[in-house]
Amino acid sequence: MTVLTSLARIEAVGEGRAQPIRTVRHVHVSDRPLVFIPLGLAGEPCAPLAALVGDDRSAPRLLVVTSPLNRDERFAFAAGLAGIVGGYIGSYLAAADPAGTQPYPDAPQLIVPNAAGVAFTRLLGRSTRFRPASGEATDPASVPVLGRWLTYLAERCHPASSLVLTATGALAAHWATGQSAVEDENLAALLAWIAPPPGMSGADAALLAEDPARWPPAGPATDPGFDREVLLGRLTAIRDARLAADTAAERRAVGALEADLRDVLLPTWTLMWQAIDLLRSVPEAAHVADRWTADRLSFSGYARYLADGGFPQPRKDAAVDAARRLVRLEGEQQRLEAQMAYDDPLVMAEYRMTGEAFEGIVTRCEPTRLDESGKKAKLRPWIWVETTDEVTAGPGTELRSPARPGQKAVVIGVEPASEQQEGRTLVTLELQNGMGRGLIPAPGSVPQADDIACYTTLTLDFQPAPDFPSREDTPWTHGGPPPQYVATEQDATEPWDGADWADDAYPSQVLGTEVAQ
Amino acid sequence: MSIAQAAQRASRATQEILAAMDSAPRGVVVDSPPGAGKSTLVVRVARELVGKGRRVMVIAQTNEQVDDLAGALARALAHDSELRVGRLAAGTYATPERLRDHPSLIAAKTIGELDGCQVVASTAAKWATVRSEAPWAWAIVDEAYQMRSDLLLRVAGLFDKALFVGDPGQLDPFSTVESDRWLGLSWDPTRSAVAVMLAHNDHVPVKQLPVSWRLPASAASVVSAAFYPFSPFDAATTDADRGLEWQTAPFGKTAIDATLDMAAGTGWALHELPAGHKPRTDREAVAACAALAARLCARGAVATSERGTTPVTADRIAIGSAHRDQVAAIRAELARLGCQDVIADTSNRLQGREFDVTIMLHPLSGRRDATAFHLEAGRLCVLASRHRHACIVVARKGIPELLDAHPSAEPMHLNVPVKFPDGWEAHQSLMSQLARHRIQAG
Repeated sequence: MTVLTSLARIEAVGEGRAQPIRTVRHVHVSDRPLVFIPLGLAGEPCAPLAALVGDDRSAPRLLVVTSPLNRDERFAFAAGLAGIVGGYIGSYLAAADPAGTQPYPDAPQLIVPNAAGVAFTRLLGRSTRFRPASGEATDPASVPVLGRWLTYLAERCHPASSLVLTATGALAAHWATGQSAVEDENLAALLAWIAPPPGMSGADAALLAEDPARWPPAGPATDPGFDREVLLGRLTAIRDARLAADTAAERRAVGALEADLRDVLLPTWTLMWQAIDLLRSVPEAAHVADRWTADRLSFSGYARYLADGGFPQPRKDAAVDAARRLVRLEGEQQRLEAQMAYDDPLVMAEYRMTGEAFEGIVTRCEPTRLDESGKKAKLRPWIWVETTDEVTAGPGTELRSPARPGQKAVVIGVEPASEQQEGRTLVTLELQNGMGRGLIPAPGSVPQADDIACYTTLTLDFQPAPDFPSREDTPWTHGGPPPQYVATEQDATEPWDGADWADDAYPSQVLGTEVAQ
Repeated sequence: MSIAQAAQRASRATQEILAAMDSAPRGVVVDSPPGAGKSTLVVRVARELVGKGRRVMVIAQTNEQVDDLAGALARALAHDSELRVGRLAAGTYATPERLRDHPSLIAAKTIGELDGCQVVASTAAKWATVRSEAPWAWAIVDEAYQMRSDLLLRVAGLFDKALFVGDPGQLDPFSTVESDRWLGLSWDPTRSAVAVMLAHNDHVPVKQLPVSWRLPASAASVVSAAFYPFSPFDAATTDADRGLEWQTAPFGKTAIDATLDMAAGTGWALHELPAGHKPRTDREAVAACAALAARLCARGAVATSERGTTPVTADRIAIGSAHRDQVAAIRAELARLGCQDVIADTSNRLQGREFDVTIMLHPLSGRRDATAFHLEAGRLCVLASRHRHACIVVARKGIPELLDAHPSAEPMHLNVPVKFPDGWEAHQSLMSQLARHRIQAG
């Protein structure tokens, strides 16, 4: 947590309501996101119990598993979810250009309540993506495809991407509350801080919101009280009715379970759309569109890979894929940080506090200064910026300004602005480019005296992805080339499903190929 | 141990390493404790390989390390006017002054210009852009424990065999992004190059350099016990070989002078400030670090060692801390005191460097909690093993109690080797040693 966020949290406590820590929204919010609220059965890592899902706030679709420990029902749930998710994603695929070379005009967006929801999505994807579409298992073909899409989406869930958002994560990135980061993962409590009911402080509202009877947990874990008092009885009634082959009783019991689960899920459904409305109310940052384009490209690449019969994602990355993914994520993270700082003065303020940026007033400017040391005179204007920020950049450092991102400014000198006033620094900068062709700078290309100017070591420059060896050329230091992936019936079984505990934890053929991300 | 005996032990170890290289199908790993003559070994091995007519690529991690190695190699090979050392660098790199006058050193931007060089040195990042037809017979990978394995993956295709040299006790490589998905994989890209290479090649022998030429006897035993519990090493010198003296007497009786005297007399000092929970840039602790350095300069320290007697100039003093904002605050304070030449930096950047006296702002000083970052053994080890004469630790009272309140509780993961030494344990070990060198300030 940065100093400014800590300060905002203290202010939130004082004011009794969450404080904005961003001036603009740094995530893309789709016009038609798919809201997905999964619930799981306690005690099992990934046994779906129910889900409320849909892209229309007035028409949520409820999926319920009436005996969550029964695997056949689990995959029947997956088939139901595949119908909804598949239909939603399919609506974006339909808009493709006929030649199949351009990225799709728009991409889907999945919004889940919290980080645990993403983890559940990932596990659900893992348990379904290897399901054989033919053979002894009788899943419809849509189940393994759903698994691949859920896996793709869950793996794309990182700060630089908006294909998957968590409501708590997106809100907490833009507002600081007076509670801890752990408490912020409770969607109801977080929203209570951001938008408390009239006449109530955020802290009081959050306290009420933590009452599971009023606001049931946003999942995937359910409230233990609900499990004990309600769920156990309903599931037992269904089981008993089935054992007695009493179809009327079974229908009644299933109806009662569905009604209870709907009651548990609907409050969160309301909160999810409230969160989406809140996010939409913040103006979008300038570089969000750039990052959404990258998301669209990634989505288009994966959709085409799937259409061409691509393999399911491997359980474990092979050596080259792992290294490539790490470097790609680091590049995206770095670009995200720079873009956010350029788009948002509150983010830049954090860099100003650590000395990686400074802002001040241009006290003097020589816009037509020439560098005549070479054969040909070059236009190299100097500007003098006086700042109260701490300046850590030394002479020779190359800086950029959010006002003119392409223009390089090299630090010539850093000195105290005056003898009398401590804490004011005068920075001399030489502008290198971006002023047009002649020896007179193009209008507006050079900061003028009395302008407010901000300079930083962060750059938006594109770093090309480094070269990696191909999988076949994996060197001896990393175990040599991995074996080629061949799909088999055993792919869908997990190591802990069978009795082969002593065997290697992961069969080597499960190491597939990382595909376009 | 006398210096002659130490030299004998070191030379025996070198012979063993060279013999292991002769018979190794893939290479050798050499663990080097702080100041154990890693660069000397690299030069020696390069000379040996060149003598057998092999071309050698040298891979280091930073440009500064490459410059140091290239300079040392050029000097060592200067006796043969035929031999050339290449220094491969990116387009924006300017050869530093100290390397310009070596007749046998050639700097170039592409590998093609260095065809005539028997030894070519560059950073791992630059090597990763090189495409070469035939692989090199041997590579020497320096600071291999700080190299991330994804970088090794990009350069490993260039060579057949490699000598990996590094200090396993220093900081591990890290990533700025979530990397849990690779936990337990033998090729986890965030692990060090050596860890990944050994996981796939358990036949590669691991050798160790036995003596530290840098650390004084007072420090070697402490650092060895705290950070290298399973691969102990000794100091090459004895207490009689090293000494730190003042040209001036203390003026009055201050805690600063008492701390300096303790450091000069015993090689260690703990300058202990009153207990308290402070922000990271604790003003009093920062001021104490700078004041100690300034006073050290003012009193005219003179260091005696096997290399002779020399004054301890400002650039032979370093102040190390865990965070960049602390470094900025210390530098500002040093500038205010007129001691800009004293080096202040984070442990990451002090790695691999050597000074006469170091002053450490303890990573846990004034903290309420002990996080994994602040407990990391490598971070503390770097700070405690840069000095030839004395190390002064500046800390607020109460670190052992803080440690007791925060036993390490990091989750364990399947297939992830347990990291030794444990940071918590290393901190406790160092603090118990320092208790005997405590000076209470304020």
